[in-house]
Amino acid sequence: MSTTAVAAQTRVELALTLRRGESVLLTLGIPVVLLVFFSVVDVLPLPTGVTEAVDFLAPGILALAVMSTAMVSLAIATGFERSYGVLKRLGSTPLGRPALLAAKTLAVLAVEALQVVVLVAVATVLGWRPEGSALVAAGAVLLATVGFAGLGLLMAGTLRGEVTLAAANGLYLVLLLLGGMVFPLDRLPAALEAVARLLPAAALSGALDAALSAPPSVAVGPWAVLATWAVVAPALAAWRFRWE
Amino acid sequence: MSAVSVAGLVVRYGRVTAVDGVSFDAHAGEVLALLGPNGAGKTTTVETLEGYRRPDAGRVSVLGLDPIADHAELTRHVGVMLQQGGVYPGIRAREALRLFAAFYHPDHEDPDELLDRVGLASVASSTWRALSGGEQQRLSLALAVVGRPRVAFLDEPTAGVDPGGRQVVRQVVRDLAGAGTAVVLTTHELEEVERVADRVVIVDRGTVVAAGTPAELTSSGAPVEEIRFGAPAGLDTAVLAVALGAAVEEVTPGEYRVDTAPTPAAVAALTAWLAEHDLSLADLRAGRQTLEDVFLRLTGPDSHPGAR
Ligand SMILES: Nc1ncnc2c1ncn2[C@@H]1O[C@H](COP(=O)(O)OP(=O)(O)OP(=O)(O)O)[C@@H](O)[C@H]1O
Ligand SMILES: [Mg+2]
Repeated sequence: MSTTAVAAQTRVELALTLRRGESVLLTLGIPVVLLVFFSVVDVLPLPTGVTEAVDFLAPGILALAVMSTAMVSLAIATGFERSYGVLKRLGSTPLGRPALLAAKTLAVLAVEALQVVVLVAVATVLGWRPEGSALVAAGAVLLATVGFAGLGLLMAGTLRGEVTLAAANGLYLVLLLLGGMVFPLDRLPAALEAVARLLPAAALSGALDAALSAPPSVAVGPWAVLATWAVVAPALAAWRFRWE
Repeated sequence: MSAVSVAGLVVRYGRVTAVDGVSFDAHAGEVLALLGPNGAGKTTTVETLEGYRRPDAGRVSVLGLDPIADHAELTRHVGVMLQQGGVYPGIRAREALRLFAAFYHPDHEDPDELLDRVGLASVASSTWRALSGGEQQRLSLALAVVGRPRVAFLDEPTAGVDPGGRQVVRQVVRDLAGAGTAVVLTTHELEEVERVADRVVIVDRGTVVAAGTPAELTSSGAPVEEIRFGAPAGLDTAVLAVALGAAVEEVTPGEYRVDTAPTPAAVAALTAWLAEHDLSLADLRAGRQTLEDVFLRLTGPDSHPGAR
């Protein structure tokens, strides 16, 4: 794997992502708006024991941001690259698949870093005082990114570009509602809550919430769910992915 | 060793046999054109050489290697231009060329100089989506050659390119061959073949129907017993036939065929008749078939007595 090639490919992936208005809206605009709106307007139910909306929302919205980038944005971009023949064409350059994957991963992580900076700044202005361990939180984000990216690439590599667009957006909405991101899990009907806890979205917001509370903890249930998705989703994607 | 070798290649899509026993070789420094009508199997053949399709029978090799098994090694030495697409819609022309140059680092053309060479310097900051069809073709060509390939596969490099652009494409192709690259290109345009190819392989319905240099192909077959000329449409062919003592037919409006041996006397009689009637002569061809004649004879509807 040539570092020159990976660096160049990462730069282009990142530039193209930031150039797409709809992707910036999805990865930055929507999370910021949700965070500000529901922190300021008192309409959401809060989980038991939480008094300030932003304390509940901040970890959940960070989880939403990670999901938007690693799953939705990646799926849509890769799906269209596949239908435009970009992946096919890259396949006959010396770049190689591992390097392409590395570049996409680095670009996703760079966007996530930008999201974290912006969202933490906004949440701080709204009165959030994060405690706990940034390191544990970063670990959860990394693990979740692998799982989400696996899901995104699974869609992109098996469905047509437009279908990927629809599927990724649909899944985004479902996981947003069942993800403990804006709506507390314990307010869901019991059966739905049980399902939701097995999904990667709720697992990430749960893991982030535990990591960013004092004292910080590694929430075993959510981490186990994240780890499972991080293994299963990329494996499925690698198995089913069609480059043309 | 041939740079590209295809022997008895068969490729099927389900029950459709797209390529049915094609063989040819291409050598370093030569431009080989795969010429054939739509659906002849040109793209399928080239994509097999690029490693995208697996042969159902026969053997292909590029630089002595297997396009699928040795794919990673071949990518350094093979330049590819797909028939369409293959570029990020949002990428700028210069950005795309620099990206591809980085893949071949450090042995690559200078992206800015190459952009200039294909006539895209003025649209260097336009995105692919904003480029015209012909500009996209030229960028695609530039991306195929930026890595200084030893073998280049160009699928319809001049499709949708205007005359000025064609000149540019031809020059790039000739320069490439001049530097020792084996170029395999596909086209269904005869003019293109006559201008750029050293050798031609005519394919139709998955099989090779003729192969050779353009000169060999046009001088092959029976001597041509006819004169063709262009003049205003709607001439009275009956009157002309009497004057020449041979049958005259208006093949297409304004294009005529005289059924006689192309002797100087016959040509003189024809031009005299035209002069006498104060008619202009747009084109005159005696005794030599063009590649178009060969192509149409070999691939036209009349060439398949059993078919349809
Ligand atoms: N993916 C595919 N699935 C099924 N059939 C295919 C596929 N690709 C090509 N074919 C068929 O194989 C035959 C050869 O196609 P191919 O694209 O190789 O022709 P071509 O010579 O490149 O034509 P053109 O000049 O139109 O580009 C055609 O009959 C086509 O319909
Ligand atoms: Mg074709």
